[in-house]
Amino acid sequence: MPDWLRDVEGLTQKGQIAVPYTWWVGETGSRFLLSIRDDRKLLGNRCSRCNTVFVPPRKNCGRCFVDIDEWVEVGNEGVVIAHTIVRYPFEVHPVDAPFAYAMIKLDGADVGFLHIIKDDLDALKNGVRVRARFREERTGHILDIDSFEIL
Amino acid sequence: MDPVAIIGVAQTKFEKRKKDLTYFDLVYEVTRDALNDAGLRIDDIDTIVTVSNDFLDGRTISGMGVGDAAGGYDKNITTVEGDGTFGAFYGAMRVLGGFNAALVVAHSKGSEGNVKYITNAMFDPIYHRLLGVDAISASALQANYYMEKHGYSEEQFAQVSVKNHGNALNNPQAQLPMRITVEEVMQSRKIADPLKLLDCSPVSDGAAAVIIGTEKMAERSQKKPVWIRGVAHCSEEYFIGDRDLADPKALRDASQRAYAMAGINTPREEIDVVELSEAFSYMEPLWLEGMGFCEPGAGGTLIEQGITTMEGGLPVNPSGGLLSANPILVAGLARIVEATMQIRGEAGTRQVPGARTALAHGINGPCGQSHCVWILNEER
Amino acid sequence: MGRNVAIVGTGQTHHRSHRPDVNGREMIYEAIQRALQDGALTMDDIDAVVIGNMDHFESINYVDTWSVEGSGGVMKPIMKVTTGGTTGTSVAIAAYYHVASGLFDRVLAVGWEKNSESDTTAAIITCSDPIWDRFSYSGAIPSLATEATAYMERYGATQEDAALIAVRDRNHALNNPYAHLRKPITVDDVMSSPMLAYPIKLLDVCPRTDGACAVIFAADGAAQKLAPKPAWVKSCAVRHTFTWFGDSTDYNRGLVSLQRASKEAYAHAGITAPADEFDVAELYLPYTYAGLKWIEDLGFCEAGGGPRFVRDGNTGMAGKIPVNPSGGVISTNCIGATALLRVAEAAIQVMGKGGDRQVPDVRNALATGFGGCFWSDVMILSAEKP
Repeated sequence: MPDWLRDVEGLTQKGQIAVPYTWWVGETGSRFLLSIRDDRKLLGNRCSRCNTVFVPPRKNCGRCFVDIDEWVEVGNEGVVIAHTIVRYPFEVHPVDAPFAYAMIKLDGADVGFLHIIKDDLDALKNGVRVRARFREERTGHILDIDSFEIL
Repeated sequence: MDPVAIIGVAQTKFEKRKKDLTYFDLVYEVTRDALNDAGLRIDDIDTIVTVSNDFLDGRTISGMGVGDAAGGYDKNITTVEGDGTFGAFYGAMRVLGGFNAALVVAHSKGSEGNVKYITNAMFDPIYHRLLGVDAISASALQANYYMEKHGYSEEQFAQVSVKNHGNALNNPQAQLPMRITVEEVMQSRKIADPLKLLDCSPVSDGAAAVIIGTEKMAERSQKKPVWIRGVAHCSEEYFIGDRDLADPKALRDASQRAYAMAGINTPREEIDVVELSEAFSYMEPLWLEGMGFCEPGAGGTLIEQGITTMEGGLPVNPSGGLLSANPILVAGLARIVEATMQIRGEAGTRQVPGARTALAHGINGPCGQSHCVWILNEER
Repeated sequence: MGRNVAIVGTGQTHHRSHRPDVNGREMIYEAIQRALQDGALTMDDIDAVVIGNMDHFESINYVDTWSVEGSGGVMKPIMKVTTGGTTGTSVAIAAYYHVASGLFDRVLAVGWEKNSESDTTAAIITCSDPIWDRFSYSGAIPSLATEATAYMERYGATQEDAALIAVRDRNHALNNPYAHLRKPITVDDVMSSPMLAYPIKLLDVCPRTDGACAVIFAADGAAQKLAPKPAWVKSCAVRHTFTWFGDSTDYNRGLVSLQRASKEAYAHAGITAPADEFDVAELYLPYTYAGLKWIEDLGFCEAGGGPRFVRDGNTGMAGKIPVNPSGGVISTNCIGATALLRVAEAAIQVMGKGGDRQVPDVRNALATGFGGCFWSDVMILSAEKP
C-alpha cells in the first residue's frame, strides 16, 4: 500500500439487508425442547447399533447411518469434562463475560452436552458435578435451561 | 495416481486490513503472479477452482464476485467453499480427470466482516448458536480438554507461539513477525481460558493461488515442478460434544491415506518440513500427534525439545504459520505455497536446507473437524 | 480424459413448500437413504461426499462439516461446492471428477435447500455487487425479465407463448410423485396471475421448495456391478462468466454461456443434432421464457424459432425431444438441489426408472444447470459407455 494511503479513509458504501431466519427444529428436536419446556426433563436417544446415547437426541446415528427410535431420559445432572471461561464481549453471548462454556457429560448420556455456567466460576474445574437450572418462563428454546450450576 | 505437480504459486502479503484492494483485486493479483511464476499465460489454464465463503464476503454466490478476476472468462470454473487445501484437491482431481492445468485461487478479507458472527454461524442454530459460541470459545474448550488429558502446561503451548512468530521474521508475507518470549505470551490478554491473545491467530486479509498441471504442463513451466505424491481429506463428527477433542481421528485417517499414497512409512524420518494449520498454539502439538509424528501426549515434548524449530529434526511452520497470518480459507493454500517453495529451494531465509519432502495441511469446520493433508515431493 | 464414470443410483425427498418435521441434516439423510437403496449400497460403500447449497438460504456456515450426521460424512472425505443456482450441476460435476480422477470409486453428490427457513429474495440480493448492481437488480427476477423483454421485442414472442412452458412442465409434474407443485394449470391461469416484473407473472416462475437430492457416481468396473443400466457421463461443461450483470446484457446474442457450454459438451460427446440425438432433456428453466429461448441456445431450433418449436408439440412427452418429464424447476425449486435434480432425473430416464414419467428407449439424455450471472452448466448422460 502506498504510504500516503495509510492515513486516508477509503470511500465506502454502507448497506444492510435484513435476512431473517426461522429454522425448523424437526420432530426429534421438538420432542427434546418440549420436554424441557413442559417437564423440565432432558431426553436423549440411543442408537440400537452402536448403543450411543445422544443428547440432544438425533433422528439418525451419524456413525452407523441408521434411524434412531429408542428414547431415554437422561439426568439433569452431570460432570464437567471440559470448560473455558470466556473473557471477551460478543453480542450473542447470553450473559456478559466472564462466564463459562462447559461440555457436560449428563448422567446416562454418552456424548458431551454444551451449555453455560454463570456462577461460582472460581469453583469450576473439570470433574465437578453440575445440575441444570431451568428458567421460570420457558418457550421450547435451548435457553429454557438458564445455565448449569455447580453442586 | 497419474503424475500431477504444482507448477506455479503466488501469495499476497498478509495484512490486518488491505483497505486499498477489493477481494477482486487480490484474486487478480495472485492469479497474475502465479502465472508469471510458472511462465504461463491464462490461455494455458483450462480449469479454475475459486475458493471463497459467502459469510466472509457478505455475498451469496461468493464465487461470482471473483470468477472474472481468476481468469474464468469462457472457462470451466467452479467454487469450493472451505479451506484452500480442499479446493486445491478438487483442482488436482480435475487435472487427473482430463484437464491440463488447474488454477486454484483463494481469497479472504476478514477485515470486512465480524469474524465472531461469521464463526458463530458454524454452530448448530437450534442447540449451540444462540449460546454465542464461536471459533475462539469452542477452540478454548478443546485446548482445555487436550491440556488436562495429557497434563500439558500453558507454557508449552506458548513455546509454539514464540517459535512461529519468530519464524515469521524470515517471511516477508507474514502479518505478525515478532520476537517474543514465553513470558510475554503468558502475560498477554486472556481471551478464553487457557487461550491468551498471543495463543490466537490474527484475522488477516490476503489471497493465494496455485497452478496444478500434468507432466506435460510441468515441462512447460519455468519452475521446477513439485509433485503431489499424496493427498487425502477426512471429517469427524459435527457436534463437538460427540467428539474426543484430544483425539484428531479424522486427521489421523487423512494422514495415513496420504502417507500410503506417497509410500511413506515413517513420517518423522521421511518428511523434511511441515506446514500445518495451527489457528491456535495448542493445535500445533495436537495436529503433530494426529499426523503420527509422535505418540498422543508427546506433542509437548517435541516442542520442548526444540525438534520443531528451524534447527530441529522436524521444522514445523518455517513460514510462521497461522499464528503469524491467518486469512481464513487462504491459510491452507498458503501452506501448500510455502511447502512448494521449500521444495523448490526458494524459501529464502526460512529455507529448510535440502527439503525434498514436505507436508502441507489445512483445516475446516469447528475445532479442526475436517482436515486435508498434502504430501509434496521433488521427485515424481 | 480420466476413467469412465456412471450414475448408479438416485434419491430425493418429496418436495414441499415447508418441511417442518425435519431439520436440514435430517432432510438430507432422507434423500441419501433413498439413493443408497436405489443403488443397493450402504454408506460404508461410499468413498467420498460432495455437498452443495446456497449458504444464505439457511445461514449455515461450513455446510459440509455441519452436515455429516445426515450426509454420511462422518469419518469420510467431504467437501462443499457452491455456485448459486448452478450448485447442483457443479456438485454433480465435482462428484464426477472425484471418480474420474481415479482416487475414489463411489462418490455421493448431495444438493439441498430449505428455502422455507429464510427470505429468499433478501438472501439472493446479496449476490449482486454491493457497489454497482445491488440497488438495481434486486433478486433473481429483474435480470430475467430484462432478458425476456429483449427476446419478445426481437422475435415477436408473446406472453402466451411463454405460458405454454408453465402449462407443459406443470402437467408433466402430475407424473412425478416427488414434485412440489402437482396441480395442472392453463394458459389463462398464467395470464391472470399477478405481474411481478413485466413480463414475468407469478405462474411464470418457479416456487420455493424444501428438498434434497442425492446421486451416486461410480467408476467403470464398479458401476456395472451396481446398476443393470448405469447412466454414463459422456461429457460435462460449464461457463460461469461475468461478475457484474451489466457485462452480461447483450441480450441479442442469446444465453451465451449455454451456447458455449453446450457446444463444448456436444463436441466431446459427438452430438451434432441435439433435438434428434437426445431422447429427453431435463433443462433448468427457472421461468417460462427460458423454455422458449434457451432451447435455441441449445441448438434444438434456430434463433427465434422457440415458440414455433414448442407449439408444434416437439417438447411434450410424445414429442421429438421431451423436455422436463419431471415437471422441471417450475414445479420444484429447492435451489441447491434443483440442478442436481436435472442430472438425477436425466439419469432416471437413462436407467429406465422413470415410472409414469419415463420416456421410452432413452439412450442419450441432456441435463442443464443455470444460475448466478447468466451462467450455464451442461451434462450429457448415456446408456452407452463412452
